[in-house]
Amino acid sequence: MATTIHEPPQIAGRLPGEGHSGNGGGRNLVPAEGNLPAVEDHSPELAKTGVWVGLAAVTMSFAALTSALVVRQGAGLDWHHLTLPPILYPNTVVLLASSVTLEIARRRIVGHARGIESRIAVPMRWLAITLSLGLLFVAGQYMAWLRLKAEGLYLATNSNSSFFYVFTGVHALHVLGGLAGLIYVMSKLNRSILRRSTFAAAAQYWHFMGILWLYLLWVLWMNL
Amino acid sequence: MHDMTAHAAAHHAPPQGFIRKYVFSVDHKVIGIQYTALGLVSAFIGMALSWAMRIHLAWPTASIPFLGTLSPNGAPGGVPTPEYYLSLMTMHGTIMAFFLLTAAPMAGFGNFMLPIHVGAADMAFPRLNMASFWVTFVGFVLACATFFIPDGPPLSGWTAYAPLSAVGAVAGPGQGWGQNLWGLSIALFCVASLLGALNFIVTTIDLRTKGMTLSRLPLATWAWFINAWVSLLAFAVLLPTCLLLVLDRLGGTSFFIPGGLVINDKMLPHSGGSPLLFQHLFWFFGHPEVYIIILPAFGIVAHVMPTFTRKPLVGGWKVITYAMAAIGGLSFVVWGHHMFVSGMSPYMAMVFSVPTLIITIPSVIAVLVFAFSLYGANMRFTTPMLFCLGFISLFISGGIGGFFLAQPAVDSYLHATSFVVGHFHFTMGLSAVFAAFAGFYYWFPKMWGRMMNETLGKIHFWLSFVLVYCVFMTLHLMGLTGSVRRYSQFVADFMVPLTPTNRFITIAALLLGATQFIFFYNVIWSRFKGPKAADNPWQATTLEWDTTSPPPFDNFGGRQMTVYHGPMEYDGDAFVMQTSTEKSIAGT
Repeated sequence: MATTIHEPPQIAGRLPGEGHSGNGGGRNLVPAEGNLPAVEDHSPELAKTGVWVGLAAVTMSFAALTSALVVRQGAGLDWHHLTLPPILYPNTVVLLASSVTLEIARRRIVGHARGIESRIAVPMRWLAITLSLGLLFVAGQYMAWLRLKAEGLYLATNSNSSFFYVFTGVHALHVLGGLAGLIYVMSKLNRSILRRSTFAAAAQYWHFMGILWLYLLWVLWMNL
Repeated sequence: MHDMTAHAAAHHAPPQGFIRKYVFSVDHKVIGIQYTALGLVSAFIGMALSWAMRIHLAWPTASIPFLGTLSPNGAPGGVPTPEYYLSLMTMHGTIMAFFLLTAAPMAGFGNFMLPIHVGAADMAFPRLNMASFWVTFVGFVLACATFFIPDGPPLSGWTAYAPLSAVGAVAGPGQGWGQNLWGLSIALFCVASLLGALNFIVTTIDLRTKGMTLSRLPLATWAWFINAWVSLLAFAVLLPTCLLLVLDRLGGTSFFIPGGLVINDKMLPHSGGSPLLFQHLFWFFGHPEVYIIILPAFGIVAHVMPTFTRKPLVGGWKVITYAMAAIGGLSFVVWGHHMFVSGMSPYMAMVFSVPTLIITIPSVIAVLVFAFSLYGANMRFTTPMLFCLGFISLFISGGIGGFFLAQPAVDSYLHATSFVVGHFHFTMGLSAVFAAFAGFYYWFPKMWGRMMNETLGKIHFWLSFVLVYCVFMTLHLMGLTGSVRRYSQFVADFMVPLTPTNRFITIAALLLGATQFIFFYNVIWSRFKGPKAADNPWQATTLEWDTTSPPPFDNFGGRQMTVYHGPMEYDGDAFVMQTSTEKSIAGT
């Protein structure tokens, strides 16, 4: 039986460096190697785990919307061709560029934490650039909607335009959530209380938005 | 070590003031109690709605008290119109399935117990946890608000099939704002469930205390953990489905509304939508949903039973956990069995019939684990144990009906008869309720620090158990005669001879409802007058019994728990707590 434990000392927990070593939510601080007075933080990274789990749900939602699109396309006789607004392509570049600037920000933050870069303004600037690119992307999506509107394609005009607005709209909402995350990271960094896992979680989510957009663009390009 | 606990305690100082402490609390224990209370209120409302329906079915002309006041249009003189009968049914299903059965066993007991089971001070994201309760609460208020708008609640059932649910007020009373509120309510419920599931998963992964390996996780926590994954993936599908439904209703889109649909001599301006698409999306959520309801029930029974059989479950933690995980996984590939007669391709029916029969294997394994674990038990017949036994009985009785319904050929006769009503009330409704009662009687001493009255508990159990069979076994028989599910009156020739049977069911249902007042009385009396509970009144092993009753704000009074044993180390009167440093009991 797996539950059989003959001698209690044999199971004194896992090694602290192993990550999720378990501490009932308490901080898990262990002496840094070769430097007993200094400690390293091995607390579980809740935000990071949380974002991964949340992204599983986001993935599932878009999978459901995709399957709805495929079934709806096959079911109705009213499926027309729709030319995607050209602004989507430069907009894609903007979103991908924001992932790059976020990675640069990550390096600058590490540099700042290690004392290589003394001014906090440098990583802040890269975060601000990322934030601006994100906002630019949302503005670009809005331009795309205006373009469709100018062509007389509204939400209810036909099934293609319905799916276009739903896909881009739901994605844009998620991007706005990511922007809120970036603002949170910036405020934490500004007060020098940013935890590595908070940044990692926000970055993970942000990169996922880019990947998700590439997928959505592909689905829209293939089917609409 | 000291610094850490000091830090954890400082991080988690108890709040002052009534509002932060009991209303907008971030304490998982308070949130758990709030969810449990919401479940009890929902149970009462849902039960009252079922009484109205049952009285109308048995005495079609009888005036039902309060109904005429509640809805002068829907029930003139207290006699519900056929449409209002459907509204009652819709809200009975919605309130029971979502706000009682989904919320109470998972979010109620789970919120209270899961962090304690894993040895944590709170959930991973306490503020998110508070948000999930209050979002659920707003959803509940919106659902109930449908009773007080002029048209009344929607009549499309808890499954809200399109196009009836999608076309708007033209489809009948309650299909205007009633259905809008319903959609909003369920969308909020989805959001809350997603947040809750996220919290459960991260807490179980990241906040387990020292030595709390997965093999030592209490089985209820295993069930909540597996169930959180199922909820996360299923509600993530229902949420966009609600969005598309609301867009069809308010945005003029045609996701689910076919072209050329004529209602009341009026052609609707929609084209090309697929009602079947709605059923696919809904049941892709909806079938996992019934397991979302029953998995925590399995977990609670698996957690409670060993305490009173005084021996570990047959197969240890692995067999039951793997069975629950298999059920959770398979629940995503069986949704089509709700749609055998929907016009779906018969080949598809075959495709869904096979996994439906396969999912019975882990279900049967789980139930047989419970049944075989009784062999050689040193049984203590407490109220929670009786409810566990009741659960086993109900789940087996209901499950046998499942074999009939899983086969398309038999289902095309039984579909939409009261056989189905009896089946799902046994398997997911009453089984889950009995498990929740087992959990309630079992954890009440820990939650409120007082024991419940055993005599009243046993009376409550035996009356409920007998009456549940009177109601729902008889509904199976009614279904075999072909009596249709959603008819509000049984006036067709072949149904008239069934009137006495119908009255029998109604009387049993009313008595069953009355029996629950014994429970309500017991809860209130015990809460204030019950004998004080010891820390570990049941001689159980898991961490919740290793702290005071009720637990302090940080759960263990600043102690760092270290776990050395699995959760089922029982041997008659001997038992080893999970945190004990003694040797394990041989053979466990």
